[in-house]
Amino acid sequence: MDLFLPESGLVIWMLIAFLIVFVILAKAGWPMIMGAVEQRNAHISESLLAADEANKALAGIEQKRQETMAAAQAEQIKIMKESQDLKTQLIEEAKTQARQEAEKIVADARLKIEKEQAEAMAQIKNEVIALSVDIAEKLLQRELSDKKAQNDYIEQLLKNNPTQIQA
Amino acid sequence: MRNVLKHSILILFLALLTLTPSRSIAQEAEEPAKEKFDAKSFIFGHTGDSYCFHITEIHEHPVCVWLPVIVKCKDGGSWHCFSSKHVCELKEGETFNHNGANFYISPINADKYPGKLVEVKADGSLSRPFDISFTKNAFGIFLVVIFLLAFFLPAAHKYKKDPMAKPTKYQGLVEWLTYTVLDGIIRPNIPDKKVKKFAPYLLTVFFFIFFANLFGLIPFFPFGANVTGNLSITVVLALLTYFFVNVFGNKHYWKDILWPDVPIFLKAFPLMPIIELISTITKPFALMVRLFANILAGHIVIMVLMALIFIIGGMYGAGMGGVMSIVSIFMTIFMTALELLVAYIQAYVFTILSSLFIGMAQHEPEHE
Repeated sequence: MDLFLPESGLVIWMLIAFLIVFVILAKAGWPMIMGAVEQRNAHISESLLAADEANKALAGIEQKRQETMAAAQAEQIKIMKESQDLKTQLIEEAKTQARQEAEKIVADARLKIEKEQAEAMAQIKNEVIALSVDIAEKLLQRELSDKKAQNDYIEQLLKNNPTQIQA
Repeated sequence: MRNVLKHSILILFLALLTLTPSRSIAQEAEEPAKEKFDAKSFIFGHTGDSYCFHITEIHEHPVCVWLPVIVKCKDGGSWHCFSSKHVCELKEGETFNHNGANFYISPINADKYPGKLVEVKADGSLSRPFDISFTKNAFGIFLVVIFLLAFFLPAAHKYKKDPMAKPTKYQGLVEWLTYTVLDGIIRPNIPDKKVKKFAPYLLTVFFFIFFANLFGLIPFFPFGANVTGNLSITVVLALLTYFFVNVFGNKHYWKDILWPDVPIFLKAFPLMPIIELISTITKPFALMVRLFANILAGHIVIMVLMALIFIIGGMYGAGMGGVMSIVSIFMTIFMTALELLVAYIQAYVFTILSSLFIGMAQHEPEHE
């Protein structure tokens, strides 16, 4: 039957048409599409790899950061503790020093007081001695018969100003 | 679904009411001269090639796209080119004279050159000129070609301009289609190194067949040409596959054909080489027939279902024809759905077998 015989004209048209579409698509169609898709695939896998590496690096950095943080915190605690110690030590020292100072001042004061006391006592002693000598002198100068009159006179002398007496 | 069923039963019942013997007889008596429905010309007229693209008929006047007729007469050797309008509208017995040569289109049920343009010689004998008319199928081929170029080239251009850009939805579709074929059909059969070399041919073949099949199923202008169901088209495709298999076949492939690993008495008297050589031809031959027969059969079944309406109508009257049309429409819908599947399957089969044959001719022996 006619249906089962290729028609030469149609064969020629088909050959021309198919070769046209084949050549055009083989030159400007499929290689572009496949090339772009492959390029993109490569790019995506590369990017994924890079992202993975970056993630790993980031994880390292994070760990480092945490370590640094921990170290810093330990340092901080240490420093704080040290300063606390220093503080207490300083306070302690200051206290001791103050106490020593105070003690010294007190001791000095006591020494001075004792000295002044001794001086005062010596002065008093001297004055008493002088007075006694004076009185005795005066007594010796006046010969009193009467005992009562003698006492009155001592009283009178004592009542008078020692300077007066001296004079 | 239930509604559809109810309605069809109702229509069937009404149609049966009109089906009375008296009416049928009366009708026949009234119009005895009415042309009998010719199923063969109807079916092969629609599935075969044609010089014009028949769109429809308005008041028995055909509405066609007239395609150019290009012929070269056998003995005279002169070229003739004219619109198919002149030969398609001829009445029976008339011929069209173009520059001294008389042509007419042989009727589809004629014994000699059915449906083809024939030259009538001066002595009344018929001769078939060398015919490269741009027929309905040639039109269909170029429609597919233009569609393929218009569909794939803009995407390729976009990829070329900026390969790294985010693909648009259209590019995504192109990519998906391309890679369905590339990863599903070509890569499994062809060695990785050779994929770049053969993929363009196989991709082009796949999409050509696939879209030609689909366009063949669309029943109105400019589609509907039975492109892949025509042996002239499949013979070209098969020849190209034959070319790609054998021209690019490697040493190992040719050695297997001409000097296979069989006892010497089988190849010295060249029995095996002859069988092997024939087998290189039978493979593409099977490809050719498979595609052609599958698509043609699908079209014929659909046309037969349509023709059944008129055959039954002609035999039992319009009422029964009406009933038949309902049945036919449902079956045609089913067939068209099946043909959609076949459109893909045949493109798939042709491409997968082509890549298998090409891949086999590229196969390198692992260790020898």
